[in-house]
Amino acid sequence: MSGIYVCGVGAVSPAGWGVLPLRAALSKGVSLPAKPISRPGWERPLLIREVPVPSPRPAFFAHPRLRRASPITLYAAGAGLEALESAAATGAAQPAKLGLVICILAGCIQYSYRFFDETLKDPVTASPLLFPETVFNAPASHLAALLERPPLTYTLLGDPATFLQGLALGADWLLEERVEGCLVVGAEETNWLLADVLWHFDHSAVLAGGAGAIYLTRSPGESAGVKMSLITDAQCYTTRQSRAQAAQKMRCTLPVGAPDELLCDSTQARPHADAAERAAWSDWAGERLSPKAVLGEGLMAAGAWQCVAACDALAGQHFRAANISIVGANQQAIGARFVRSGG
Amino acid sequence: MLFPPANSRNEPPRVVITGAGIVTALGIGWNENAEGFRTGRTAFRPVTLFDVSRQRVKSAAELDLPEDLPATRLSKKLARRLDRGTKMLLLAAHEAWTQAALDLCSDIPLVCGTTSGGMSLGEEYFRQATLSPSRRRQQPTRALHYLAQTQVRFIAEALDLHGPVTIIANACASGANAIGYAYEMLCRGRADRALVGGYDALSLLVFSGFDSLQTLSPTGCRPFDVDRDGLTLGEGAAVMALETLESAQGRHAAILGEIIGYGAAIDRHHLTQPHPEGDAALETMTAACAAAGINAAEVDYVNAHGTGTLLNDSAEATAINRWGGDHAANLSVSSTKANVGHLLGAAGAVEAVVCLITLREQWLPPQVTMKNPDPVCRFPMVRQPTNARVNIALSNSFGFGGANATLILRRWT
Repeated sequence: MSGIYVCGVGAVSPAGWGVLPLRAALSKGVSLPAKPISRPGWERPLLIREVPVPSPRPAFFAHPRLRRASPITLYAAGAGLEALESAAATGAAQPAKLGLVICILAGCIQYSYRFFDETLKDPVTASPLLFPETVFNAPASHLAALLERPPLTYTLLGDPATFLQGLALGADWLLEERVEGCLVVGAEETNWLLADVLWHFDHSAVLAGGAGAIYLTRSPGESAGVKMSLITDAQCYTTRQSRAQAAQKMRCTLPVGAPDELLCDSTQARPHADAAERAAWSDWAGERLSPKAVLGEGLMAAGAWQCVAACDALAGQHFRAANISIVGANQQAIGARFVRSGG
Repeated sequence: MLFPPANSRNEPPRVVITGAGIVTALGIGWNENAEGFRTGRTAFRPVTLFDVSRQRVKSAAELDLPEDLPATRLSKKLARRLDRGTKMLLLAAHEAWTQAALDLCSDIPLVCGTTSGGMSLGEEYFRQATLSPSRRRQQPTRALHYLAQTQVRFIAEALDLHGPVTIIANACASGANAIGYAYEMLCRGRADRALVGGYDALSLLVFSGFDSLQTLSPTGCRPFDVDRDGLTLGEGAAVMALETLESAQGRHAAILGEIIGYGAAIDRHHLTQPHPEGDAALETMTAACAAAGINAAEVDYVNAHGTGTLLNDSAEATAINRWGGDHAANLSVSSTKANVGHLLGAAGAVEAVVCLITLREQWLPPQVTMKNPDPVCRFPMVRQPTNARVNIALSNSFGFGGANATLILRRWT
């Protein structure tokens, strides 16, 4: 069977626009500063980590479909374009048929907030420009228009482990030769309302926005030096399988690990939230990287950042292999393994 | 493993339908819906779920939920607390699951399409967070139950299903894409069975959104009518039990029909408007036919996306004309949105089940409210209750953002 290779990666995060600032922030290992955001009726603000305004302004912001798009679309586009550009830089051919899978948990929360606020004040004045941007697949639609090529586009909803389902779907399309390349993007945006939701579940969690993108192909020659080795089954949380059990079952599907391997996990230095995942990986012998501990709770974007950071570390030849562990908040635990390839 | 896949079989398996459940404003379950669609009954009425006094349009196909849900593994207390969309999905899923007699099969993937998940709970969360910010009661539950994965997990819990859960949000094509996704999953050999469908409940935000775009009809939904002036929203759910033929025959399951083709494409023309020539619609119909190994002349009935908006219907009619070619004049076409409205994320699944019912019962669902077919339609619209020999049915679903999907079903004899 032919393999699936990572040909390019891209990221937009509170560390900045691009993989380089993401790499720099993660290598420091220090939590990025959080910004207070006011919550109506509350004296104490909530904390979020926003994506900084890009400088210079990326040219794609001026694309007719993106001029009024919500931040989540801009983040998805920024990460997606970087992944494709980094692939082109390594000599990858432009695919005639490009698949696009966008993975989302909360989605276009800013425009949804604005539109519903207007609706409650008076539906007559609710803006018709806002509503289409509230739809979950608006980012996929805009990105498809920007890239001009995708014949196949799906938007998947779920908790952050869904990003790995997105990678598996892209791999299926590639193996069936329905597409020549597949861009898989996880993205989220922030506002006070979503931060308020998160606060209800964990007062110490810091919401973060951004996106991560992985560009997959079947061609080892186009690889950035990384091969997708496996993605585990989805271990769903049920009354018969707790989150801890699901995490353990996912972990058992992945190799034991070695000192020259990396574990990129979804912990975020919050003992209660991390307990299931920490227990599952208590035997891990190699190095660990926890992007959420530095960047914040980026929801689906965080799942994507994990994969981007792991692939970036492999491409930099720092490790022989990297395991991804995503123990989602309320749906499933899924793991993945990437290995360094000779390409 | 999600990846790499197990070695694929030489020949993809045939995928059959062994159970179907449907919930619309016409009724709960196969029988009530079959009778409603067969006679062309319409189910529109004034909206009572939320205040529409300041909206331009004030009606929709709102459904009456039964007081009691079917007995499942969910506690009565939890079942009562489910939001409308989840209740609809549970009713449809339970019907499909029961019909397919899947009670001994627990490791079944669940694939669902939706556009708005538990939007009404999101609205309640918003109201309390903005109007009574110091009140926290119920807010975590609302936030959690708003999430589509929570709703679909409730279905898995209710039916004791342990397989993976996948949620597709390709706007109004979500339900069709979900069925297509599950169909391909079975073709790839990733599973022998799947429970798949779509659901969406009416909500203020979505209603206001369509009203703000002035796409809601003030006079009533009349797809492909020359005087059409918009769509009417509805709500509901539909679920199918899909199974490889080998699996169904192995457990002596009754087979209701077969899915033989699926096509998906993206229309990049505009976020909310289709390409005027229906290029992507033509692409999906052609792709689905190619996957099914049939041509347009073999299709007996087309369940059109047919929303009733000027742009959608003219683009889709053009696409059907182009796809059907000379055979277009012989195609029977109707849009069942004329009966139950546009069900958004549920539409593709509901319309696929309607196609299955027509294949089983051998009639065509009419649009009895149609007065003057748009001359762009070179195909005959089904306008009166009609018994007919229906061997192959095609269902179109097109969504905001350009997500297009076509499913082809074949009668099982």
